Amino acid sequence: MALTLNQICHWIDHTVLSQSIQAAGWVVPTVQTIHILAIAVVASSALMLDLRLIGVFWVGRPMKEVTARFLPLVWWPLLVLLATGMIMIIAEPARSLKNPAFQLKMGLLISALAVTFLFQLLQRRNAAFGDSVARPRGAAITIAIVSMLLWSSIIFAGRWIAYYA
Amino acid sequence: MQIDHALEWLQTTRIASAIGENEILFPWIESVHVLAIVLVVGTISIVDLRLLGVASRQLAVRRVMRDVIPYTWGAFAVAALTGSLLFSSDAVHYAHNRLFQAKLVLLALAGLNMALFHLIGVRDIERWDTGTGHTPLATKAAAAISLALWIGVVALGRGIGFTMH
Repeated sequence: MALTLNQICHWIDHTVLSQSIQAAGWVVPTVQTIHILAIAVVASSALMLDLRLIGVFWVGRPMKEVTARFLPLVWWPLLVLLATGMIMIIAEPARSLKNPAFQLKMGLLISALAVTFLFQLLQRRNAAFGDSVARPRGAAITIAIVSMLLWSSIIFAGRWIAYYA
Repeated sequence: MQIDHALEWLQTTRIASAIGENEILFPWIESVHVLAIVLVVGTISIVDLRLLGVASRQLAVRRVMRDVIPYTWGAFAVAALTGSLLFSSDAVHYAHNRLFQAKLVLLALAGLNMALFHLIGVRDIERWDTGTGHTPLATKAAAAISLALWIGVVALGRGIGFTMH
């Protein structure tokens, strides 16, 4: 039996978990704060990597070292974001799942992860990828700019969820 | 009260009333505000974690500060500008909001903590910033206070959104 999105939202909304989160007013703001702090780690780590790829930050340090410092901080906080994001969905399923801003945010997130993964693949094939001496620079700079645009858009879309509700 | 009169006047300025009345201006400015604060908190954490001796240990503290703090300042300028614009749209209410008042106090404390570190904490930096990764206890304390204050700023900022309307 195929469930419609409305039925799924209705079902989640009536679970004990959802009801108790809704009853405790402090849960959603607290979870949102943790969500934003985790985004701060991801977005800033991605920014440092992207600025290194463009060639304006830590240019004197090998790309491998910069990646070792910041790439894990793009991936690991995603677990925190997933957990806190799930709590927000359980608390207010229709406000998120049926929301065009939320749907756009998920699309942008998948794109950002794909770009990050692509960067990792290119670096695995060529350890000097993105190093200022390695040519051509076009691919590295393109990846960096697309990554910065995607992460910024994810933050914007996240804020707009509140205005489409 | 004198201040309330000034704030009422501020709310009636053309730019403030435009932000208050236009349906998309507020969310757009707010999105930029969130992006900026995320980068402030993320980049200051890179410095604070180095000061704590937790991350980037192979790099000199002075190097990390010189390379990262300009991005923190740039993001902070954007956060302060967009924050002032959001404030102006409903100045009297924000000024009387307890969480907003507390957020300003934490921002002032973060500024004071940073000023003390730059005036006193770095005085003998050449003695301890020698490539071992270790930092003095007072430096670690300043970094921990900074992290705690910025986490508080994010939490209060999120809380303001739940207590304003």
